[in-house]
Amino acid sequence: MNAVTAIIHRDLLLAMRRKSEVLTALFFFIIVVSLFPLGIGPETALLRTIAPGILWVAALLATMLGLARLFAPDHADGTLEQMVLAPAPLGLLVTGKIIAHWITTGLPLVLLAPVLGIQFDLDSGALGILVVALLLGTPLLSLIGAIGAALTLGVRGGGVLLSVLVLPLYVPALIFGAGAVEAHISGLGAGGHLSLLAALLALAVFFAPWATTAALRIALE
Amino acid sequence: MSNNKIIHWFKFASPQSFYPLAGKMIPWFWGLTAVFLIPGLWISFFVAPTDFQQGEGYRIIFIHVPAAWMSMFIYLVMATWAGLGLALNTRLSGMMAQALAPTGAIMAFLSLWTGALWGKPMWGAWWVWDARLTSALILFFLYIGFIALQAAIDDARRADKAGAILALVGVVNVPIIYFSVKWWNTLHQGASVSLTKAPTMATTMLWGMLLMALAFWMYSIAVALTRVRAIILEREAHTEWVKELDEVKA
Repeated sequence: MNAVTAIIHRDLLLAMRRKSEVLTALFFFIIVVSLFPLGIGPETALLRTIAPGILWVAALLATMLGLARLFAPDHADGTLEQMVLAPAPLGLLVTGKIIAHWITTGLPLVLLAPVLGIQFDLDSGALGILVVALLLGTPLLSLIGAIGAALTLGVRGGGVLLSVLVLPLYVPALIFGAGAVEAHISGLGAGGHLSLLAALLALAVFFAPWATTAALRIALE
Repeated sequence: MSNNKIIHWFKFASPQSFYPLAGKMIPWFWGLTAVFLIPGLWISFFVAPTDFQQGEGYRIIFIHVPAAWMSMFIYLVMATWAGLGLALNTRLSGMMAQALAPTGAIMAFLSLWTGALWGKPMWGAWWVWDARLTSALILFFLYIGFIALQAAIDDARRADKAGAILALVGVVNVPIIYFSVKWWNTLHQGASVSLTKAPTMATTMLWGMLLMALAFWMYSIAVALTRVRAIILEREAHTEWVKELDEVKA
C-alpha cells in the first residue's frame, strides 16, 4: 500500500509542477462544452435535452487528452523500467498511477461539470445526478484508457491511435452516464443507470490494472 | 499416448510446418465455398419465394445475415487465437489473428452496407439507431482499432501481443456494448422497427441463408489461410526454409 501512496504522491507532485498540462485539458473541456450552444442555438429546451450527452462526450475527450501523459514521460526517462523492476507488484503501481491520473483529470471535470450544467439550464436535481454519474464514470474512463495508453506506448502516431482504440470501449460509460441524467430529467429515476455504471466500474477496477500491466510488460520487452 | 497426440498437433504451431499444410488446405476450402455458394445463390435468387411485405428487396438478407454472423464469429475466433498466442507464446497464433482481422472488418462493413441498402426501401432510411446496427458499427470500430494498432507497431512479436490484449479486452466488451446499446435504444424509444418481430421465415429462405452462411464461413477460412501464408513468408523471409521454397526461388 505504501508503494501505491508513494506513486500517487509522486504523480500529483509532478502534476503540480507542470500545472499547465492539467489546466489545458480542463479548459479544453470548458471550451468544447461552451461551443455547442454557439453551434446549435440558444433555445433552452433543446439545450436542456442535449446537455448530458454533450457534457459526457466532452468529458470523454478531455480524459483522452490526458491519457497520452499517463505512461509516456515515465517511459521516456526510464522510470517505468524501474517500476517494473521494483519489489512492489507492477499492478499496484499501475493502479496508483491510474488513481493519480483520475485525481488530476477526472476529479476536476466532476467538480466543473455542475457549473457548466448551469449554462445548459439543468435544474439542481439533474446537476446532482450529473455529478454522481461523473464521479462513477470518470474513474472508469481512466481505467479503460490506461489499457489503451499502455498498448500505444512508444508507438508511431500514438495519440490518434489511442483515441481509435479507446473511444469505442467508452461507449457503455457514455450511454449509462448520460442516460442517468436523461432518465432523471424524464422522470424515470437514475438508479438503474447509476447501478450499472457502478457495476462497470467494479469490473474495470478488477480487470483494467491487470490488462494494463500485461500491456506495459509487452511494451517494455 | 496422449503426449504423442499433443506433440503431433503442436507440430503445426510452427510456421514452417503450417505453411505447406495451409497451402494444401486452401483449394479445399475454396472448393467448399463453391459447393455451398452455388446452391445458396440459386436458392436465394430463384427458389426462395418473394416476400409478400418486402417484395424482392428482402433478398439482400442472404448476403446481409451471413456477413453479420461472420463479423461476430470472426472476432471470437480472432480473440481465441490471440488468447492462445498469449498463453502458449506461439508465433503462429498471432499471425492467425492478424490474418483474420481484415476479413472480419470486411464482413462487418458488408453487413452495415447491405443493411443500409435494405433499410432504405424497407424502413425508409439508410440508417436508424437500432441496437443491432449501432453495435455492429462499434464492432467495426473495434476491428479498425485492432488493425491500426498492429500496423503501427514495427516489431511483429510486440504487435501480436499488443493486438492480443486489445482483442481480449474487446471480446469482454462486446457483450457489454451490445446490451448497453440495446438498453439505450429501448430507453430512448427510438427506432420502432425490430427485426425480431418480422414474420417467421419460409423454410427455403432459411436454407438459402444457411447455405450462404456456410459459403461465407468457408470463404473466410480460405482467405485467412491465404493471408496467413503471406504473413509467414513476410516474417520468416530471413530463414533458410523460406529461401528453399520453390515459389520463392522462382
